[in-house]
Amino acid sequence: MEPSLSTYLALSGILFTIGAVGVIFKRNAIGMFMCIELMLNAVNLTFVAFSRYYEDVTGQLFVFMVMSVAAAEAAVGLGIIIAFFRNRQSVDVDDASILRN
Amino acid sequence: MATTVLFFLFAGLAIGCALSMVYHRNPLYSAVSLVGVFIALSCIYVTLAAPFIAAVQILIYAGAIMVLVVFVIMLLNLDEEKPLNRLRYLYSIGGFLGIILMAQTFFIFIAVNKAPKKPIVADESVGKTMSIGANMYTEYLLPVEIVGILLLMAIIGGVILARRFSQPELRLVVNNELDKRNESEEKDDYRIAL
Repeated sequence: MEPSLSTYLALSGILFTIGAVGVIFKRNAIGMFMCIELMLNAVNLTFVAFSRYYEDVTGQLFVFMVMSVAAAEAAVGLGIIIAFFRNRQSVDVDDASILRN
Repeated sequence: MATTVLFFLFAGLAIGCALSMVYHRNPLYSAVSLVGVFIALSCIYVTLAAPFIAAVQILIYAGAIMVLVVFVIMLLNLDEEKPLNRLRYLYSIGGFLGIILMAQTFFIFIAVNKAPKKPIVADESVGKTMSIGANMYTEYLLPVEIVGILLLMAIIGGVILARRFSQPELRLVVNNELDKRNESEEKDDYRIAL
């Protein structure tokens, strides 16, 4: 069975599902961050698969954009995690409840 | 044939590494599993005739972002996650969401299978670095510029978030800023830049 477009989309869907469920299950902020990276990668896979299918380079260009956004997100997100750890001595998202009261 | 074997090999590797990433409670094990996912996806990009994206995937994700994450894990000296005890209903919500997403995935799988098949005629220029670069700096120049501004914002934000003032330093900075405001008589502007 030669892998067709739908095979790539199925792989991407499975990876995205694992990432989305991981965001809910994970408790520490770094784990959630890594699950978001996994979801971004699943989307990149669909971009590249469609780029191959339609023989258009646009999909691959937008993968590049997604990667830049992921890098920016890594810089700012990890900065926020470090600032949070400095104040609370933990990265558990349940400790980030200062707005609850 | 070789493409098929390689695809299923690396697809299995990617799914296995992704599952192990969600399963492990130690963040460092999760990070190493995520690197496995990135490498497997990079190999899949090669089978999709996108060598530039494959190289960039390794360089940016496995090389830059994950090193940053591992540094932060080491820096914070994290323990293993405590076992989940009170938010148990999250498991059911997560499982439900997962089932819905999987159903959607298989719906896509069936729908795309029904679509008319288009024979893949390998156009060798698509995916080569030259065609990507030519498109990037002609047709898609504006998005590239916007991404550049976004990265600049991320740099500034990262510096500001990581900066730490001691209490006397903070007071000094605030007083300096207030003095400057008073001199320039912009009394309506109450914002204090830290």
